[in-house]
Amino acid sequence: MDQTTVIAAGGTASDKDHVPAEAKGKGQGRTMERTAFAEKVLHNARGWILPIVVLAVWQWVGQAGLVSPTLLPTPVAIGESFVELTLSGELLGHLQVSTTRAALGFLAGGGAGLLLGLLVGFWRKAEAALDPSLQMLRTIPHLAVAPLFILWFGFGELSKVLLIAKGAFFPLYIQTFLGIRSVDAKLIEVARVLEFSRTKMITKLIIPAALPHILLGVRLSLGISWLGLVVAELMGSSEGVGYMIVDARQFSLTSIVFVGILIFAVVGKVTDSLVRYLETKLLKWRDSYKG
Amino acid sequence: MTSAGLLQIASLTKTFQQPQGEMRVLDHIDLQVEPGEFVTIIGPSGCGKSTLLKIIAGLDTGYSGTVLLGRKKIERPSIKQGVIFQEHRLFPWMTVEQNIAADLSLKDPDVRKRVAQLIETVRLQGFEKAYPRELSGGMAQRVAIARALLRKPDILLLDEPFAALDAFTRQHLQEVLLDIWRENGTTMMLVTHELDEAVYLANRVVIMSPRPGRISRIIPVDLPYPRARASASFQAIRQTVMREFEHKGEW
Ligand SMILES: Nc1ncnc2c1ncn2[C@@H]1O[C@H](COP(=O)(O)OP(=O)(O)OP(=O)(O)O)[C@@H](O)[C@H]1O
Ligand SMILES: [Mg+2]
Repeated sequence: MDQTTVIAAGGTASDKDHVPAEAKGKGQGRTMERTAFAEKVLHNARGWILPIVVLAVWQWVGQAGLVSPTLLPTPVAIGESFVELTLSGELLGHLQVSTTRAALGFLAGGGAGLLLGLLVGFWRKAEAALDPSLQMLRTIPHLAVAPLFILWFGFGELSKVLLIAKGAFFPLYIQTFLGIRSVDAKLIEVARVLEFSRTKMITKLIIPAALPHILLGVRLSLGISWLGLVVAELMGSSEGVGYMIVDARQFSLTSIVFVGILIFAVVGKVTDSLVRYLETKLLKWRDSYKG
Repeated sequence: MTSAGLLQIASLTKTFQQPQGEMRVLDHIDLQVEPGEFVTIIGPSGCGKSTLLKIIAGLDTGYSGTVLLGRKKIERPSIKQGVIFQEHRLFPWMTVEQNIAADLSLKDPDVRKRVAQLIETVRLQGFEKAYPRELSGGMAQRVAIARALLRKPDILLLDEPFAALDAFTRQHLQEVLLDIWRENGTTMMLVTHELDEAVYLANRVVIMSPRPGRISRIIPVDLPYPRARASASFQAIRQTVMREFEHKGEW
């Protein structure tokens, strides 16, 4: 930013001789690039120190026989379980079932949240009619309705998907609604002065302005979908990663329990990173604090 | 002033409802602006300059009196009245060229051509793909001017457009604006706090007095462009404008 400010202030008539700050950064020579790369590696390496130390201590404690392997299997034992489950195809099968459930629930709930958020955001009458009831439903704890869903829809897929959908609905609904309503009034004035049509008002102003909120909603909804999945599967199922965990626990195969937990964590993280990637792509116009 | 006039304002009065009661902000304003004219408006803070411009822009319709643009009552904002605000008000998610096109499609070759021309006019070549956050205040304000000009407005309303900029950038943008005015003949109406700016740009300087806002005097500036700020004739007019304020005892 500083660079461009200086350009306009100093070189009154000759801005065209300057290149945008971004383009300039690229031509700064290789030494800069190399140090930047080394710094990045170092920065990432710093994050690995703690986990590696923890793993090493954990392995040592297990090998020394200080804790029983049924309570806390060693990292190596967990790794072996993981390889075994992967090679037999068992893990992939469970994972497929789980991700399908989570995806269905997220699409149904998140999709409904997005649509209703748009409806309520754009249309005051819909807000008056729907929002109070939805806000009331929101206060019902997510997990408390699980037994009710099982009672109504049985142990099958439907109750699981619905539970996930209920969770995924609210973040997207609230963020979409909020995003639409927080569009800068000054920009709306500009759109009026420029005689935007109703369609352009929506596509060129309101949707882009609301997009950061909507994407945040997607991230929160995905997180909750995953959480809902774990609960649904732990409560009763015959396949899926959650089932794998429950089943292994009954036979005291603790290392498999660990593999299941790890899988939940990794997949959750991966989907979150995916949305973050989408954010950096779609919101590259944003000028936010990067630390 | 016998011709039709592009902008005709007659006994324009505006009151705001405020907690303390009614407040008259504009009181019987009469003003005619001829096509191609450059009018600057200067007056103490709170005298209703922005309110006046908003009414002409069609953003405020709750007034009494008549305000006609090309003999038609102004009822809503339109691209005929281009507006430049103190802040640039660019769409942060659009690049420079997208901002200038705004609701029009850059895929349209006609629009593309006009956008490219205007980028040249406001001297922003090389920044077509830059986002507003990458621009300085002066550059962003030039984009806003180009965005208004693309709509070929009959009149360009500028509310303290350079107030937030440093002195160098401000002078540069004054030149850019004068160039545009000479080339396109767009009628200009610019509100400012700067005595110098008011005299430097205008064919006529409209001086307003505060509470309720009235036009206290209109001073013609019959100097050829480009003007020399240091010249005796320029300074003489500047003195006249300044004395008008001293009379009122409020600045
Ligand atoms: N929407 C509003 N509601 C009530 N009062 C208002 C409103 N807008 C402006 N006013 C009042 O009208 C008066 C004139 O305001 P205006 O913004 O037109 O002044 P101005 O001449 O542009 O001042 P400045 O030079 O500080 O920009 C002020 O006293 C202000 O408080
Ligand atoms: Mg003002």
